[in-house]
Amino acid sequence: MTQAPFGEFVAGARARGTLVVQPRMGFSDPGRMRQGLARTRAADAVTVGTLTLDSYTRVRDLDAARRALAEGVTLNGYPICTHPPETTRGVLDGIHDASFPVQVRHGSPRPEHIVAALLGLGLDATEGGPVSYCLPYSRTPLAEAVVCWRTACEMLAEHTGDGRVPHLESFGGCMLGQLCPPAVLVAVSVLEGLFFARHGLRSVSLSYAQQTSPQQDLEAVAALQRLAGELLGPIDWHVVLYAYMGVYPLSRGGGLNLLEAAARLAVTSGASRLIVKTAAEAHRIPTVADNVEALEAAARAAATATAPPPGPPAADSEVYAEARTLVHAVLDLHDDVGTALLTAFRRGLLDIPYCLHPDNAGRARSFIDHDGRLRWGDTGALPLGGAAVSAARKVTSADLLAALSRVRRAYDSGGTA
Amino acid sequence: MNSMPGTPMPTVLVTGTSSDAHTWNLVYLQLLLEEWGHEVTNLGPCAPDDLVMGSAVELRPDLIVVSSVNGHGHQDGLRLVQVLRARPELVGTTIVIGGKLGTDGLRNVGQVRRLLAAGYDRVFDDGDVNAFRDMLARPPVRAVS
Ligand code: B12
Repeated sequence: MTQAPFGEFVAGARARGTLVVQPRMGFSDPGRMRQGLARTRAADAVTVGTLTLDSYTRVRDLDAARRALAEGVTLNGYPICTHPPETTRGVLDGIHDASFPVQVRHGSPRPEHIVAALLGLGLDATEGGPVSYCLPYSRTPLAEAVVCWRTACEMLAEHTGDGRVPHLESFGGCMLGQLCPPAVLVAVSVLEGLFFARHGLRSVSLSYAQQTSPQQDLEAVAALQRLAGELLGPIDWHVVLYAYMGVYPLSRGGGLNLLEAAARLAVTSGASRLIVKTAAEAHRIPTVADNVEALEAAARAAATATAPPPGPPAADSEVYAEARTLVHAVLDLHDDVGTALLTAFRRGLLDIPYCLHPDNAGRARSFIDHDGRLRWGDTGALPLGGAAVSAARKVTSADLLAALSRVRRAYDSGGTA
Repeated sequence: MNSMPGTPMPTVLVTGTSSDAHTWNLVYLQLLLEEWGHEVTNLGPCAPDDLVMGSAVELRPDLIVVSSVNGHGHQDGLRLVQVLRARPELVGTTIVIGGKLGTDGLRNVGQVRRLLAAGYDRVFDDGDVNAFRDMLARPPVRAVS
């Protein structure tokens, strides 16, 4: 199969001034999966393809995946380790090529089985990270995820050469999808990018998910770019923006407006790639048609926005200052990034609000300020003394639901964030 | 809502299903139940069936609340309740499930019937919190007397 280095494809589109758009798409039925990839490729947009994997494969319950396929049960993604490799080759054949890279998106803290499967199929672009695929996705100990992700990075890196440049994207810019102040998201993304690079990856992407304040989001992507430039060294990297990852608008119009805001943000912030959400997000697993509609709507919105001038983003911001402090506090702990991350979470130097994982300190609290920015109610042990702006009070179920639904409410009533 | 002095608070075990990583639903349900006067143990996401069963046998809660939104709820919920009901200690425990149980956003009457037949006392397929509250306001799982 002719290889399509993922990072090179994205860099090429960027050089031509085009945003790459990509779905989150996965079906258990191979025919439907193939159709989804074909329609993504044919969409009126510059696209890359996605195989989003199902939850059984993610938690390595391959017995459950096998039983579900045998019983004809519809899964929430593509079971790449359960369909025979010939079946998946048939899904990709004639679609995955030099002009259409395909990435495997999963959410597994222990991903070796998935990485082995995708490499065996001639794929080499995927997503993850020792922190970002552990805390939001599992009860697996963080120390175990770090070990597994070291192995996974090395497995991918081994396939470098002969025109192949394996690509790994950090999910750090999303974490639980909502109510996490951007500095932590930026810091985790940068730290995971460094982890990937130290374990041999030559092409990485750093993520950031659209949050509740467009201004704060612009600052966050600028901070991500600046820190990546300062720290990643001479490897290929780019920034990928995720359309809103929290509670999505119920209405079709609201959902599409939110996606279009994300597409414009991607361009104005200087991101290279956008992962879309569809109008079906709040309701069900999106269909192929839902995805094509989202890809094309995003590409149209992106074409109306103006990219920033080239060069490193200049402005100092609150997000940059906080993210920089966090990244350096972690890197100072140990030469090995994985070990440093473990110590940081143990001491609460990194702390994800509302995360139930046993290895998360759970002392930091966040809230959405009246200007829409995500801020700290309590910084716990984060090295951000003074950043907490309101005394934390007990959050009720109604408070939590109101904060989680803020973006949904705004867009469903015809407004914006 | 506070429970009467001297009346023990009803205890609730809240859990996700084995394949489901979502946690906002669990955090929300915990807060809600605590506000309704229950004492909550939250097992968190991706809880294997045996962990739920072991915790339930140990804690002997008045109510077990299973929440699943990832679309595998019909399968995971069915397997789980069979494991729970197989234990003599849990035969009489109230067990409910809710969230977004399928992948297509549609109510699946057949699947709901299977879940009830397998041992759930109630199925809140569309995550209807008001109906859940009404259920809790009636005996035997009462927060306030
Ligand atoms: C945030 C989010 C995530 C975060 C979760 C982080 C975390 N640790 O929690 C991230 C990004 C990591 C994520 C990952 C995934 N997600 Co998700 N996620 C969402 C999203 C956007 C919001 C969910 C949320 O926070 N809701 C807020 C809470 C408070 O409400 P709720 O969960 O909706 O529950 C309400 C009711 O259902 C009810 N309820 C819930 N349980 C119970 C139980 C009882 C007894 C009762 C009475 C009521 C009740 O109470 C709540 C309040 O009304 C939804 C889409 C949406 N709603 O906009 C998708 C969604 C739930 N995710 C989905 C999926 C499939 C996944 C993945 C499997 C990836 C994939 N294949 O697409 C993975 C999970 C991997 C795994 N192993 O399971 C699908 C589920 C599809 C379906 N059921 O039809 C959704 C609907 C998106 C979609 N359209 O595809 N997700």
